[in-house]
Amino acid sequence: MAGIWVHGELAADGSLAKLSTEVATLARSLAGESGGAEVTGIVIGADPAGGAAELARFVPRVLVVTEPSTVDHAAGTIVAQRLAALIEERDPDIVLAGAGPEGRDLAGALSALTGRGVLANAIALRGSPDGPIATHSVFGGKLITESALTGGRGIVTVRPNAVTAEAADSPGSIETVAPAGELTQPAVPIIDRIEAQGAAASIDDARIIVAGGRGVGGPEGFGLIADLAEALGGAVGATRAAVDSGWIPYSQQIGQTGKIVKPQLYLAMGISGAIQHKVGMQTASTIIAVNRDPDAPIADFADMVVVGDLVEVGQAILAQLRERSG
Amino acid sequence: MRIVVLTKPVPDPASGGERLGADGRLDRTNSPAVVNGNDEYVLEKALKLVEAAGEGEVILLTMAPATAPETMRKALAMGATRGVLVTDPPIGGSCTVATTRILAAALKTLEFDLVLAGVDTSDGGAGVVAPGVAALAGLPYLSYAASIEPDAAAGKVRVNRITPSGYDVLEAPMPALISGTQALGEPRYPSLKGIMAARNKEITTLTLADLGIDAGTVGTAGATTKVVDSRAPEPRAATRVVREEPDEAARQVVALLAERRLI
Ligand SMILES: Cc1cc2nc3c(=O)[nH]c(=O)nc-3n(C[C@H](O)[C@H](O)[C@H](O)COP(=O)(O)OP(=O)(O)OC[C@H]3O[C@@H](n4cnc5c(N)ncnc54)[C@H](O)[C@@H]3O)c2cc1C
Ligand SMILES: Nc1ncnc2c1ncn2[C@@H]1O[C@H](COP(=O)(O)O)[C@@H](O)[C@H]1O
Repeated sequence: MAGIWVHGELAADGSLAKLSTEVATLARSLAGESGGAEVTGIVIGADPAGGAAELARFVPRVLVVTEPSTVDHAAGTIVAQRLAALIEERDPDIVLAGAGPEGRDLAGALSALTGRGVLANAIALRGSPDGPIATHSVFGGKLITESALTGGRGIVTVRPNAVTAEAADSPGSIETVAPAGELTQPAVPIIDRIEAQGAAASIDDARIIVAGGRGVGGPEGFGLIADLAEALGGAVGATRAAVDSGWIPYSQQIGQTGKIVKPQLYLAMGISGAIQHKVGMQTASTIIAVNRDPDAPIADFADMVVVGDLVEVGQAILAQLRERSG
Repeated sequence: MRIVVLTKPVPDPASGGERLGADGRLDRTNSPAVVNGNDEYVLEKALKLVEAAGEGEVILLTMAPATAPETMRKALAMGATRGVLVTDPPIGGSCTVATTRILAAALKTLEFDLVLAGVDTSDGGAGVVAPGVAALAGLPYLSYAASIEPDAAAGKVRVNRITPSGYDVLEAPMPALISGTQALGEPRYPSLKGIMAARNKEITTLTLADLGIDAGTVGTAGATTKVVDSRAPEPRAATRVVREEPDEAARQVVALLAERRLI
């Protein structure tokens, strides 16, 4: 029987990445469309028990590999070697991983080690007689493509927010396994972990993003952006102009050389909507822009554009949101 | 310090002209090619590191169609020393597996302390080639770099890898392969002198035969993935323009948020 595997990505604290719960949910629907393929979660890490238990809420079976070296070494290449050995032993058809930095590092090394192809950055996935068909948004959202793996086998990386995570009706079993083989790739030690000052909420899988651009005017201006994000329960994003000016860290940048996001709401404050920014956020469900220039490019693709000063309009929105929540 | 930079020519995302041909492959005739954005950041870092070392070279390694030297000259104009281009008609239509194999084989023909790559490309955006090349070449792989600090005397390199909450400081012996981001710093503009000098810089060409790779295993023939369909995205709804005073404008924003159950 065809097998679909889900890589359970672990955060530094050993918890399961939210993205993996989405990927696992997607794997179950793909299995349903693939003649009842078996879904198996794989968790590989120094202390995998917690992550494995969490993943087992979403899939019928989880295989767990304890790999002590990931605790103080860059994980991607190590996990890829263990996973490649398991694939060699058990021969699943499809391996699904998240399309974030960890999943990409893993997928790249795994593909090289197994020779299996990669469908990267799927925004949807469905079964077909010829194997899974992945949907992609390419060329900055100008085109939607559907792609298949030759022979119906390979690796697929999945973008955040492709589906809403839903636990299975009953939790799955957990089985400890030990793949054969040595780690032959050079391991890269982590010699220190640095917590960035005031690390902001992650934009990767945020449901709501309030983003600021050059129009925000300075680091203090981002105070209003953060207040709006807090009032809406969202995260703070930014354009490259704001990042290059040093007003906000690069981790919050959205666009071609920043992150690609797909929130329910994107509130753009003082952002012109340059193509390199647009490619990172145009698939947001609702886009609202505040810009004093009615001809800014963002007015061509936002659902609503408020023509006005972002401080005045932003403060008015904030006041009304606070009034509502009492 | 000798640094190889993996650079890919991509259709200019700002041109708006990217499209697929009838065969489901990128139609390169409809948009000008530029050096991939993330590759420019790592190239800039490579140039700075060699400048700081006071000796060495920056070698571009590109796998692309025969027209690539046009784009590679832009990177040479920024200051790269020379280019190596892997080009051969059967390479057309290569998937990431073939690209990874070809680049890893080409690296074997070069001597270097570091290999730098962008974290992803603006056209494919897979973000898998750099880790794949490192795995095939057996090089330590340090990814998502916000800083790169080689210590030539100790033969080691230190990288700050971007994490959700800050940085992991990674350290590896050289040679190593590092993927980098915009956080490495703004790329320089080529000077007039740089542009002139680039015309005479060497670009060596390698074929599949030079690398000992069977043409049937790469390109369209060996592709592990294929595009089966493409369509225009659903058009977005018309934009509602609000020109009222701040309080009234805010009321309309909040009403839309409530209507869409966002608050
Ligand atoms: C290789 C490459 C990669 C890039 N990658 C990215 C990327 O990943 N992400 C990204 O964002 N950009 C990227 N860019 C840069 C991009 O081209 C734009 O320069 C950038 O997005 C502009 O940011 P902005 O909208 O904040 O600034 P601007 O374009 O300057 O726009 C500011 C807007 O604010 C409005 N404004 C000003 N003051 C006010 C006010 N008081 N009230 C209301 N509105 C006001 C103005 O009308 C204007 O529309 C990249 C560029 C290149 C070349
Ligand atoms: N054809 C290519 N030639 C040279 N370098 C490449 C090529 N394809 C990918 N790369 C390198 O690998 C990085 C990631 O590419 P990708 O995995 O395709 O998103 C790029 O930023 C380049 O540095």
